[in-house]
Amino acid sequence: MSFPWAQEYKPQGTVSKWVDERLPLPRLVYNAVGAGYPVPRNLNYFWNFGVLAGVALMIQIVTGIVLAMHYYASVDGAFNSVEHIMRDVNAGWFLRYAHMNGASFFFIVVYIHIFRGLFYGSYKAPREMIWLLGVTIFLLMMATAFMGYVLPWGQMSFWGAQVITGFFSAIPLVGEPLRQWILGGFAPDQAALNRFFSLHFVLPFVIAGVIIMHVWALHIPGSSNPTGVSVKGEQDTVPFHPYYTAKDGFGLGIFLIFFVAVTFFAPNMLGHPDNYIPANPLSTPAHIVPEWYFLPFYAILKAFTVDFGIPFTGIILIEAKLMGVLAMFGSILLLFFLPWLDTSPVRSGHYRPLFRKFFWFGLIPCLVILTYCGAQPPYTQWVVLSQIAAAYYFAHFLIILPIVSRIERPLALPNSITEAVTGKPLQTAAA
Amino acid sequence: MVRLVAFLVGLFFSGMLLLGLGDTVITAIQEPAQPTAEHEFYEKPLAVSFPQDGPFGKFDRGQLQRGLKVYSEVCAACHSLKLVAFRDFAALGYNEEQVKTLAKAWKTEVPSINPETGEAATRPAIPADKIPSPFANEVAARAANNNALPPDLSLITKARADGTAYVYSLLMGYREQVGYKNAEGKELLKEFPEATTPPGLNFNPWFATLNIAMANPIAVDDQVAYDDGTKATKEQMAKDVSAFLAWTAEPKMENRKSAGWAALGFLLIFTVLAWMSYKTIWADKKH
Repeated sequence: MSFPWAQEYKPQGTVSKWVDERLPLPRLVYNAVGAGYPVPRNLNYFWNFGVLAGVALMIQIVTGIVLAMHYYASVDGAFNSVEHIMRDVNAGWFLRYAHMNGASFFFIVVYIHIFRGLFYGSYKAPREMIWLLGVTIFLLMMATAFMGYVLPWGQMSFWGAQVITGFFSAIPLVGEPLRQWILGGFAPDQAALNRFFSLHFVLPFVIAGVIIMHVWALHIPGSSNPTGVSVKGEQDTVPFHPYYTAKDGFGLGIFLIFFVAVTFFAPNMLGHPDNYIPANPLSTPAHIVPEWYFLPFYAILKAFTVDFGIPFTGIILIEAKLMGVLAMFGSILLLFFLPWLDTSPVRSGHYRPLFRKFFWFGLIPCLVILTYCGAQPPYTQWVVLSQIAAAYYFAHFLIILPIVSRIERPLALPNSITEAVTGKPLQTAAA
Repeated sequence: MVRLVAFLVGLFFSGMLLLGLGDTVITAIQEPAQPTAEHEFYEKPLAVSFPQDGPFGKFDRGQLQRGLKVYSEVCAACHSLKLVAFRDFAALGYNEEQVKTLAKAWKTEVPSINPETGEAATRPAIPADKIPSPFANEVAARAANNNALPPDLSLITKARADGTAYVYSLLMGYREQVGYKNAEGKELLKEFPEATTPPGLNFNPWFATLNIAMANPIAVDDQVAYDDGTKATKEQMAKDVSAFLAWTAEPKMENRKSAGWAALGFLLIFTVLAWMSYKTIWADKKH
């Protein structure tokens, strides 16, 4: 589907006509990211991050495939094979550092992309399906990143795998057998490393598939925009190419400058020194910390310290550990329900005074605190802070947001995108 | 229905977190965390600079050669350097002949097999070999070191926070424990009388537990005779070997930085052109 005024693909040469009649792939591309896709004219730079996330995935796939040609998934050889890549493979140090930091930058752009969706209400009707697929991509990314971090078989790789697979053992009755089934043994070992490598290789292609559906679903209603007002006519849109290809090209340049600066000049800044120590099942690191992009969820996990039970009887219904695990997964899964928790018909946070207050002074500080606390040792002040922040996190999405959408009086919306951009009332309202 | 369930779930999780919060606070008041000697007296690595620091930094070849000498004459008695091969020393400024000689003259020989009998034997190293380890295996290493395992040093400067400065600080950090005061003037044994270093360990506030199995390896000046005439003070030796270990951890660092500048230069031009075409294309569109 597209807007009626979308430009039509007209093949010029004999060859392109011949191809178009047999397999209209150029037509598909033209309608997806070419002049055939009308896009609101008022998108700001936050709308660059979807394309950037796609680029980040491509960087990961290309560097990852070459790394896999030199990597050796063995508990005895994995660590040394990574060092072999760093020392003896031509430009291996570049491939490895680009892949390692590429993961971080993939998460950075995806987090900004999600932030955009949260603030501008991109998850609301008619774009719920795009949002659901997006949360699915996020979950797949987390699984892929976790398994990738295990592959170098350093201390954090091993103990991270130990801790994360340990979550499953918190499940009553089936937990321990489930964990052993996932690992293929009693602890992370050769079987686990092999399957993590296999899954780490294949999941990015699954992600690419879900991204195709994500973009497909996007092309049904078309892109959202900072005002949240729906497109009313042709004057509200511009063709994706050349307008947004040019803007995305500029955004890509800025993104790559940051990526290159970190990859070449501070490649280990976002990593943990302990992962340069080969895995040793007999020596537990002083602090086991996940990669930075998991820290908020790790903080939520650790924030649950009391068992849930019947008071004064000593009967425990849910142990603190299980509750932490449920809450950690729940903190992501609740995003699936966001379109039905936030019932306000106004999309953009710009026109929602109350929502905006809770967003900037509640949710954002809460996420910053959780990220910070996730990396801290369990001292009282950090536990207290993460408990407050985690409590707010659940309250924000599950309690505050539904109430805010009900009681809030939104500001007046502009009549159209063009009016918001030019400041002039709409002259010719096309159907 | 969704909102009702969400409300109850939210109430449950937030409620349990607030209960936990109360519990944390009560516990902290009833049983305040006791300060530990490690926490109060551990010292962060000293501020020390190396020629390879910063985005333009390059290794000082002379320093690396001196550092190799310190490693081979002091550290190599206990610490392996498994990830580095003799051929890699060409990057320190040695020519092919010198690398061959270095390999051949290395104190430890490479495990091998006697071609006549098939029995285990050793042979002199060649440039293609990795540096031979001083001990045959972990058990032998522990047996010779009072049950402590000397870590492999290939990646040590990347395996510790602020690693190059850490190695330097650790080497310079051996102190007499009796009467030791930190920078704040607090005396360790007065504050923590039970923190006396156990026999067989050595006091060093730059080590995480304050007590390290390794005895002070660089104890006196001129422990190593430098070939280039540099005065081998304790500080100089510690600095040189730290720089050398920064190189063993990241031998491709110079390639990385120069490639980084080339990539940044390219991207800068690309981004300026992209910005100009963006401005040109949007010139007629208010947005």
